[in-house]
Amino acid sequence: MTRSSWPLYEVFVRGKRGLNHVHVGSLHAPDDEMAVRNARDLYTRRNEGVSIWVVRADAITASSPDEKDPFFAPAGDKVYRHPTFYDIPQDVPHL
Amino acid sequence: MDLEREFERVVAADHRIEPRDWMPDGYRRTLIRQIAQHAHSEIIGMQPEGVWISRAPSLRRKAILLAKVQDEAGHGLYLYAATETLGADREDLTTKLIDGKQKYSSIFNYPTLTFADVGVIGWLVDGAAICNQVPLCRTSYGPYARAMIRVCKEESFHQRQGYELLMTMMRGTEAQRAMVQDAVDRWWWPALMMFGPSDAESSNTEQSMVWRIKRHTNDELRQRFVDMSVPQAKMLGVTFPDPKIAWNAERGHHDFGEIDWDEFWQVVKGNGPCNAERIENRRTAHEDGAWVREAAAAYAAKKEQVA
Repeated sequence: MTRSSWPLYEVFVRGKRGLNHVHVGSLHAPDDEMAVRNARDLYTRRNEGVSIWVVRADAITASSPDEKDPFFAPAGDKVYRHPTFYDIPQDVPHL
Repeated sequence: MDLEREFERVVAADHRIEPRDWMPDGYRRTLIRQIAQHAHSEIIGMQPEGVWISRAPSLRRKAILLAKVQDEAGHGLYLYAATETLGADREDLTTKLIDGKQKYSSIFNYPTLTFADVGVIGWLVDGAAICNQVPLCRTSYGPYARAMIRVCKEESFHQRQGYELLMTMMRGTEAQRAMVQDAVDRWWWPALMMFGPSDAESSNTEQSMVWRIKRHTNDELRQRFVDMSVPQAKMLGVTFPDPKIAWNAERGHHDFGEIDWDEFWQVVKGNGPCNAERIENRRTAHEDGAWVREAAAAYAAKKEQVA
């Protein structure tokens, strides 16, 4: 018997209007259209979503965990990007 | 080694290991084996209840059972997807299942003789599965934990529909009540066996606890299940086929009798009442579906050429 070679898709679901699409898992499908249909049956059987994105897993580019420290280092020492960095007297209103 | 220390630090801190992290080969192998076995159980588990869809006594029960069996297919797919994040191949896992090289839960090798079995499977078998699965929502491997959160949310409906079905039958005729008790008598011991061998005999437990793949031992979970089930049986008006079940105030738990471990190992080794039939059905479904998978792939390839 021949082996199936349906590609792997990653699935993202928008839970409701106003929220981002969130990654929920993956599935195999022969093409993009079937991937959306399969994703509906697999990941939204109980009204978990109002919108679905699918993307072939091999089309995703990701940062690598091995380079975690150097890759995210530029954000590490910039505490002045956070509001708590600044000393403001308690009695200044609305700040 | 730095990588190994980092892995141990993340696990010990109760953080999650994610797919692209370095992990020991043994951790990866153990996870693939455990998650695949779990996925196979969901897929094989569609059969004992699936045969009752056409014979369910009302449209309501038919719709419920359809939804439940569809959920089990879904649970199998969530879990196969989790194994694929570890580098496993779903087609390969299916082949191993139908060649008998990977196992599934022994519980599905028992037959469903009456409609009361559908209720008892929901109550006791899914109840035992929930005891096993709730702690897995905090298992150390991220994709597995996330799949289990989805599974557990849906299992709750499975257990409640089963208990409700049995309550309905218990309000019926004497014959219906006898049917429920008979189903409980047949499923109670196999349900206890779902927690696996006793801690003394369980070869995988210790390392899995260190890696936080497992969070409780087999015997701890089995005890929890007995303690949960005894009052539920009382409410329902049935008894368990174990004269040794008794509240032990000193331990704060129910005592219960010894499992027939010979039967357990016989079923694990493939000699249960339905082992051959379950695998044969799975093989037939897989082979009969081959042309659909091939046709869809051919259509996709053709469309890509045209575009």
